[in-house]
Amino acid sequence: MSALLIRHGRVLDPATRLDAVADVLIEDGRIAAVGPGLPAPPGAAVFDAAGLVVCPGFIDLHVHLREPGYEYKETIATGTRAAAAGGFTAVCCMANTRPVNDTGSITEYILERARTEGRVRVYPIGAVTRGLAGQELSELAELAEAGCVAFSDDGRAVMNAALYRRAMEYTLPFGLPVVSHAEDHELSRGAVMNEGVVATELGLPGAPGAAEDVMVARDLILAELTGAHVHIAHVSTAGAVRLIRDAKARGVRVTAEVTPHHLTLTEEAVRGFDPNTKMNPPLRTKRDVEALVEALADGTIDCVATDHAPHAVSEKEGEFDRAPFGVIGLETAVPVLLDRLVRPGLLPLATLVARLSTDPARVFNLPGGRLTPGAPGDVTILDLERELVIDPARFFSKSRNTPFAGWCVRGAVAATIVGGRVVYP
Amino acid sequence: MPWTRKDLLTIRELDPAEITLLLDTAASLEEIAGREIKKVPALRGKTVVNLFYEASTRTRTSFEIAGKWLSADVVNFSAAGSSVAKGESLIDTAKNIAAMSPDVVVVRHPSAGAAALLARELRCSVVNAGDGAHEHPTQALLDLLTIRDRKGHLEGLHVAIVGDVAHSRVARSNIHGMRKLGMTVTVAGPPTLIPPFVQELGVKVRYRLEDAIADADVIMMLRLQRERMEHGLIPSVREYARYWGLTLERLRAHARPDVLIMHPGPVNRGIELAPEVADGPYSVILDQVARGVAVRMAVLLLLAGARGAEGA
Repeated sequence: MSALLIRHGRVLDPATRLDAVADVLIEDGRIAAVGPGLPAPPGAAVFDAAGLVVCPGFIDLHVHLREPGYEYKETIATGTRAAAAGGFTAVCCMANTRPVNDTGSITEYILERARTEGRVRVYPIGAVTRGLAGQELSELAELAEAGCVAFSDDGRAVMNAALYRRAMEYTLPFGLPVVSHAEDHELSRGAVMNEGVVATELGLPGAPGAAEDVMVARDLILAELTGAHVHIAHVSTAGAVRLIRDAKARGVRVTAEVTPHHLTLTEEAVRGFDPNTKMNPPLRTKRDVEALVEALADGTIDCVATDHAPHAVSEKEGEFDRAPFGVIGLETAVPVLLDRLVRPGLLPLATLVARLSTDPARVFNLPGGRLTPGAPGDVTILDLERELVIDPARFFSKSRNTPFAGWCVRGAVAATIVGGRVVYP
Repeated sequence: MPWTRKDLLTIRELDPAEITLLLDTAASLEEIAGREIKKVPALRGKTVVNLFYEASTRTRTSFEIAGKWLSADVVNFSAAGSSVAKGESLIDTAKNIAAMSPDVVVVRHPSAGAAALLARELRCSVVNAGDGAHEHPTQALLDLLTIRDRKGHLEGLHVAIVGDVAHSRVARSNIHGMRKLGMTVTVAGPPTLIPPFVQELGVKVRYRLEDAIADADVIMMLRLQRERMEHGLIPSVREYARYWGLTLERLRAHARPDVLIMHPGPVNRGIELAPEVADGPYSVILDQVARGVAVRMAVLLLLAGARGAEGA
């Protein structure tokens, strides 16, 4: 029997609304007890968390681990190490690998690699359509049986509304959400950033926020039609927030996520033509950022997800318009959000912790997200006072494509524990 | 004031005094074109590399002549299409060129920001000769010099920029330069060719040619690319020419008698400009080309001078 006692920390569990100095005992990989002054069982390891915040393990519903197929960008080994360093005890990996995760055997391969190489829990997301081509459904039942926790063609929207409707209906019996990359590819054709005054000055083609909004509207209407659970990935516009808020009020089964970069950066960041500010959806306006923060605070947006999208340095150092979309986020999410949202008082700490743990667990119906007896022994420990300068050279990720390089932030991950085992530091 | 910048990348980043310095320097060099022997030793021993990733006759030739009249060694590195096709990245090309120790690299590239990217990579001076739809600073300078020579001053003048403003680096550089020098700018074209939020750059927007040109001292017509029609931005070139083409009849009916007609070239005769306007008495299109050499001499001189050359 293995045991780990986390002592004297400020235990913050959104699932039980606990916020008090207490001990957390993990035995045999599961939470055994939470309370003040717990005795250490014989042979138990002890972690002194005095002055630190002890939270349920953070869960990232949206990462790209790039394996199989793009191991030069990231692997399950490096991506899950980055996750551990960033305080994430579980990640959900998107299907746009090579080959695409559109059959049970690919899902099984990912899960097998995660078992042997992974540092944190890995939950695969299966492709909605074969090869992400948007033409015909993947074998969705087989994907569900193999262990996929959701379905998504992330990176592209399924432009064919009839096909997407059928995907929502077909997956209803599995109880798994369909995750929408909401983008009308006709409205965003050729775009490399947000449409607005910055794009106009830089001479770069922009996508209007409407390219996202019209697709969010369509997907909400289809969710209402089918009764399916639709999860809107990486919400980036005030318009999408308004649509989601309205749909939730009507009882539509919709959940949503937002990325740290969309919560903290605007299109102004693109002015230097740094490809590390290029992602899809693009950085929007101050008004959008304010709406996203408000929506995360009030629960219209259920959770934070990083959309960790590694690309090799050579792919992200050249011309802005030719660089691939995407930035990494696993190792910067927690420090950036603690510093830019919690510290200035835009978001209570307890809310941020909920949006990173309890809420994502609920959204995808995953184990964890709570510190109650019997729950997985997954814990993230924060040091709210530690200051650091974000230095890509120190990342565990194979890639370096972050828009946050050089940021001085206060608040960091002190330790990450998966199944009672310390996986970071 | 002395010139202190390593590079000339945008008009946006310049202050009015820097623009005026460039124009004054260019004006002082205009007379070289009229000399029997068009050669001054100012940049002797300096190397200028023309790195063009897009087809260009006018701009490349203009820089080449400017460099040669200043006695620089000018090398044309025509990368149009081929280098990308061979898989060499812009960064790699930059490093290779840097290894040959040029003093100035003049770059034209289809990607916005490409000149700034090179400037970060290279220790030598970089001149932006057009980066995507972003900026084309030497074109704006030669336009300003042409207007100043013809009108005697710039402040208070009203310029109408007409046509495909959305995809025009010439329009962007001119908007910044003209606003900085106290000129009034109106942009006009079909709404699909006017970039969103362009008013925030301090310009007026008009959707009828007649309204745009009514009180203009200068009308700058932009080239219409045929692909705009293919991308559904305008219904047809025919319709565009009918409503946005500047004809002599329209000019006489709506524009001031002392108006200047400009065009960055090459002109689509019969589309944005009627031939009799392009070649007529209002047109200063060839003046623009002539002053382009003086402006580029000034740019090369100031950049190479700022880098510790013997100077002019």
